Amino acid sequence: MNIIRPIAAPGRPAAATLGLVDCDIHPRCADLGEYRPFMTDAMWHRLTTYGIHARHGFHKGYPFPKAAPLASRRDSWGPQGQPPASDLGFVQHQFLDHYGLDMGVLNPLQPSGQGDVNDELSAALAHAVNEWQLAHWVDHDARLRASIVVPYEDAAASAAEIRKRAGDSRFCQVLLMSRTSEPLGRKRYWPIYEAAAEVGLPIGIHAFGFSGNAMTNGGWPSFYVEEVQEHATSAQAQVASFVVEGVFERFPTLKILMIECGFGWMPSLGWRLDNNWKRLRDEVPHLKRAPSEYLREHVYVSTQPIEEPAKGEHLLDAMEWIGWDRILYASDYPHWDFDDPRIAIPSFIPLEKRAAIFGGNARGFYRL
Amino acid sequence: MARHIVAAVDEIPPGGRKLVEADGKKIVVFNLDGEFFALLDRCPHQGSALSGGILCGLIQSDEPGKYHFSRAGEMVRCPWHNWEFDIRTGKSWFDPRRTKVRAFPTHVEPGAALASDPRRAQARSGESAAQKDSAPLSMPMDGGAVEGPYQAETFSVKIEADYVVVEV
Repeated sequence: MNIIRPIAAPGRPAAATLGLVDCDIHPRCADLGEYRPFMTDAMWHRLTTYGIHARHGFHKGYPFPKAAPLASRRDSWGPQGQPPASDLGFVQHQFLDHYGLDMGVLNPLQPSGQGDVNDELSAALAHAVNEWQLAHWVDHDARLRASIVVPYEDAAASAAEIRKRAGDSRFCQVLLMSRTSEPLGRKRYWPIYEAAAEVGLPIGIHAFGFSGNAMTNGGWPSFYVEEVQEHATSAQAQVASFVVEGVFERFPTLKILMIECGFGWMPSLGWRLDNNWKRLRDEVPHLKRAPSEYLREHVYVSTQPIEEPAKGEHLLDAMEWIGWDRILYASDYPHWDFDDPRIAIPSFIPLEKRAAIFGGNARGFYRL
Repeated sequence: MARHIVAAVDEIPPGGRKLVEADGKKIVVFNLDGEFFALLDRCPHQGSALSGGILCGLIQSDEPGKYHFSRAGEMVRCPWHNWEFDIRTGKSWFDPRRTKVRAFPTHVEPGAALASDPRRAQARSGESAAQKDSAPLSMPMDGGAVEGPYQAETFSVKIEADYVVVEV
């Protein structure tokens, strides 16, 4: 079958009757100097003299080649050659206005200082990136919301950065990466969740980052295609850690969103956790309910890159298990694996459920 | 099917491409070493414009660790998700039977033939479409009339060139 679709033209998905919210946009600074006004002289000196160093041996650039330059759509460079998503005007033209977005969440990735081996630089960069999101983006377009970028390997510094933003509605979540030096449920990270719960913000966990460990449970893979599929397994490890360590018992209002990690794995994770919990319950007596109940209550997922099984009912089954109110639309703009909202959310999903995915669920998750 | 003159052959060098519009469709025309092929400019996956994609060859492998590269420049990769399509057929590499982009019959015709072809009325959208009435402006003057001060801008129209014709 040869599918001919209408010519791409501006327009929003007809099913977005509860609004169109994108929970994954990646702004980029055109030049590190954009951070300079928000850094001390000492930290700017450190950044420009010694640079950014991920928790990753012999690391220069990406450990795996990306599928496209800057991992971005080839049409996402601005008219004057600006790097992808570095120019608000072009982002508005190509993306926000084009699809008629009501709200978009900024998730700055690189360079953001998250996971840097130097705690002080990590904290200074995270703070600068937060100020930069406001000064360059959110304060110029009311549709955009910032994420609180935190130096998550230093939980105390992270909590301080979160509390600085308390009550500032321009920030809508705390941003972590999926590859951390220890599983995120470990107590060393709990000050982050305590602060997030205190200021009433959810946690967004985006795929990637550098843990210092091999990227897969089996060691270092050979191909980028293995790296990107691995997000499904590292996400499972993180979600299981949150549940089993009792984070959701300790912080009952905490919500987490797994961004760009897929979601087809969620039912299987729940089945396995429940099965083992029945046998090993006394090992984790702090869990008061079956693990799957914590999953369904506290864990949200985003769509991009949405699974595309040959039989649509398989996707519906997975979504049904996760919960129709737990799935949020994400575009990943401007990255090469971007999902067009009018096409990526298939029409075999019932209309009211698509409306929830496009907007209703995000309004609940971010309390808009 | 209507025939559309979409370009003079020297507008699209080997390895080059041109985005044209015919019958309301955006179509990208490729030149593969002198042969022309036309594909709908829309990826069947999520609709991105294939005209913005890079060209690549065909990499195959008989067994892990052994790679074979052929057909340099004959595949186009979608600028979003890197799906590969064979420019000669429009078929995707990963699922040629079911996933393909529409390909339009394309050939080269000399301008003189097009100009004398009664069907040429159907041909449009070529910027330098061949026309017959290419004689220089000259009118028989009588009654002692003299040439006036105004001169219309003129264009030289050639029919010697070859043109790319796409059937849509």
